[in-house]
Amino acid sequence: MTDYQGTETTDTTGAATGTADTADTADASGTRAPAARQAPGETPRPAGIGPLGWLRWAWRQLTTMRTALILLFLVALGAVPGSILPQRGQAPEQVAAYLEDHKTAGPWLDRLSMFDVFAAPWFAAIYILLFVSLAGCVVPRAFQHYRSMRARPPAAPRNLGRLPQSAKYETDASPEDVLAEARKVLRGRRFRVDVAGGAASAEKGYLGETGNLLFHVSLLALLFALGLGNLFGYQGNVLLTEGKTFANSLSLYDQFTPGRAFEDGELAPFTLTLDDFKAEYETEGDKRGQATAFNADIRYRSGPDAAEKPYDLRINHPLNVGGAKVYLLGHGYAPVFTVRDAEGDIAFQDSVPFLEMEPRNLTSEGVIKVPDAQPDQLAFYGILWPTAMASQDGKQIVSGFPAPLRPVVTITSFKGDIGLDSGTPQSVYKLEGLGETLHPVKDGQKLLEPGETFDVPGGGSITFDGLRQYVTLSVNRDPGRIPALVAAILAVLGVAASFMVRRRRVWVRASAAEGGRTVVEVGGLTLGNPTPEFDEIVTALRGPQHEPGDGPDDESHQGPDEGPGSESESESEPDADRGSGPATEPKE
Amino acid sequence: MSDADLANLSDKLMLTTVVMYVVALAAYAVDLGFGRRRAAAEAREKSEAKVLVGAAGAAADDPATAEAGDEAADEGERPQVDWVRLAVFMSVLGWAAHLGVMVSRGLAASRWPWGNMYEFLTAIAFAAVTAFLVVMYRYKARFLGAFVMLAAVIALGVANIWLYDSVGPVTPALNSYWIAIHVSAAIVATGAFTVAGAATILYLLKARAESRGTAADGGVLARIPSAESLDRLAMRVTMFAFPIWTAAIVMGAIWADQAWGRYWGWDPKEVWSFVTWIIYAAYLHARATAGWKGRKAAVLSLIAFAALMFNFFGVNYMFSGLHSYA
Repeated sequence: MTDYQGTETTDTTGAATGTADTADTADASGTRAPAARQAPGETPRPAGIGPLGWLRWAWRQLTTMRTALILLFLVALGAVPGSILPQRGQAPEQVAAYLEDHKTAGPWLDRLSMFDVFAAPWFAAIYILLFVSLAGCVVPRAFQHYRSMRARPPAAPRNLGRLPQSAKYETDASPEDVLAEARKVLRGRRFRVDVAGGAASAEKGYLGETGNLLFHVSLLALLFALGLGNLFGYQGNVLLTEGKTFANSLSLYDQFTPGRAFEDGELAPFTLTLDDFKAEYETEGDKRGQATAFNADIRYRSGPDAAEKPYDLRINHPLNVGGAKVYLLGHGYAPVFTVRDAEGDIAFQDSVPFLEMEPRNLTSEGVIKVPDAQPDQLAFYGILWPTAMASQDGKQIVSGFPAPLRPVVTITSFKGDIGLDSGTPQSVYKLEGLGETLHPVKDGQKLLEPGETFDVPGGGSITFDGLRQYVTLSVNRDPGRIPALVAAILAVLGVAASFMVRRRRVWVRASAAEGGRTVVEVGGLTLGNPTPEFDEIVTALRGPQHEPGDGPDDESHQGPDEGPGSESESESEPDADRGSGPATEPKE
Repeated sequence: MSDADLANLSDKLMLTTVVMYVVALAAYAVDLGFGRRRAAAEAREKSEAKVLVGAAGAAADDPATAEAGDEAADEGERPQVDWVRLAVFMSVLGWAAHLGVMVSRGLAASRWPWGNMYEFLTAIAFAAVTAFLVVMYRYKARFLGAFVMLAAVIALGVANIWLYDSVGPVTPALNSYWIAIHVSAAIVATGAFTVAGAATILYLLKARAESRGTAADGGVLARIPSAESLDRLAMRVTMFAFPIWTAAIVMGAIWADQAWGRYWGWDPKEVWSFVTWIIYAAYLHARATAGWKGRKAAVLSLIAFAALMFNFFGVNYMFSGLHSYA
């Protein structure tokens, strides 16, 4: 755990510090993991401890690292079916189709919430336990860290020479001056310094643990932000054809998902009009037909009295209006038809959104329902080819390009009862009661180009007036958006800091020797592998006058041609040691 | 140069890269199998590695001179082929060609060269080789060469055989500056995770040999460092990659909020990025937990890597989702 990382260093610490009190200080200052997250074997088994004891035991179990690991693994495992099976939140129609195809397994999977994995009670149970476990670990650690940041740096161990990094030299300066200088140098390097008992103790690098705690707390905050959005937000989809206006009201949405605590009155009262939609396609090469840009020219008012403003709505360029955001999600064709009934009256005149049948060249289909036609109701099924051409074998019509270069619609006519009078809701993209109440008209099929009219046998006519485009828009409001963003950014900063900053300790001891000289010992201890910083500190302490080779007072056992930066024999080659130094490990 | 010429150049450089990597792979493998014993080599390694990287770095600029210098050094020192030198030289040269592949392709398409699966996988292989070169320089992890080169050659092979796509514009959804940020972070993290994965596999092999007492018997395992340092190397590289992967997910969420109207929607790609992230987090925690350290943690790391790979291939080809751009 967050010990002096790695067994070998722990041993070094123990051996080097020598005194029991220093080891204790290391514990208290938060470098060691809290007892709650020690290895599972260390948790005592309950035996006749009463309900409170059991609770305490359960809490300790929950906050062990082993439990946290298992819960982490369960979250990962639990998320997997959410990607394999269709989910209601993303594709409700696919869920219906799946249930249709799997009569036996489907209902069982449904009972296990397999089609709503991320809203499932069992999934919530796992992540709530995980977050409780996390809080149970992080909160005590935060207090401990706060205390250790305010505590004095731990006293110097007896034998500094046995620390992973150490140096020793003699100088003419008095011990007091040496320690004062040490304080200055270490302060200058932003260490916290404490001078007592003939030695200076210094520590820095609290940011590592701070970052670690920040990361975990941010994850908790992120969870709350997600919950906030789910509770108070809303999301709706709407289809808007060129020339039409959408007012933000519940009844005008094609699909609407409110948050649990959402109230109708909270919809921002904006309106928006789609003037023109432009799609650009690659016209040459083997990428011919690939879309390169979608632009929706819209005008919007943020409220009934607000001024109208134009906006260029694109993918990756949503509109912010009245606290809600409007996104361009998709597009399609909406041919305009005029239908006259057998009596010659206009029974229908409007654009009809068609749904794409294939994404490449946008062959689309749709239905026209004319309940007002007299004496019989009329209905039509149409297929649109934006760029009609003969197929390779010459037998069929296909669309050769997604843009409307030569739009052609084929019309199939039906007569009878559409079934709208019964009050049962119908899909606007599908005819119901085919063959029962609604019957195909004999010879009722025709290809139409824009402007052409087809006289339906037995009365009535249909005119293909032209082609418009529609866009599908998503409108949503998510009050958790900004909190989630802040939490996520803090989490990234936290995890980066916790991996990059290591806690470092340096001790300097100065003691008087014979002949008025002073022996200076310097020792360094770093979480993870040693840093070159230590050598820089030693160099700074010894001062610039100590050039290599000018050292009768130099008690280290290195040749005179080695620089002052290589005092400690174990650290004479910091680079070479990188591969074998103690690892920096995460502090959970 | 016209766009078509640049595209053509990119494809040619791709072939060059693959050939160089194959040669490097062979040289690393020969070095691993028949090179000098590690103990004997240890003493010379440090200075040698520095010289090599220096020479190879110059080679990227001026291959002819460096090659000549290299050969001269070879002749002067030892008569037999120095496989290490060849391997490092070829991998650095291949790396430069690899960089050329991406630059010329980006110029040809006038956009960031990671708009489809072919380009994405090419970039991941590049990131993995880069991560390896860095690790080799800093931690003398030359033994990883054969494994990382193998992964890179397989990745480039898959990219060229199954995923190849000619130069073209991206779909409007990808037309955003976020592609430079989000996808780059994913590429860098994936490349580093690949190197960590290679080190972890070696760790498991070496740890098993050590516990059986066969580690010193010779063979490839005798020429790689101790299980402990392999474990540490894998850990270090994962610690570099994990924050970047976290950032990639966060930036993906920000982009998703711009493009699709929600920052998190449990799209299959999002699910598997999350699963990968969770398992790597479990590994980082396990690595620091008594009773999980070592083999168990290493297995977790490999599961995480498998999830990462599945996120790349499985999600794009098995599920339909918003990330299906291939």
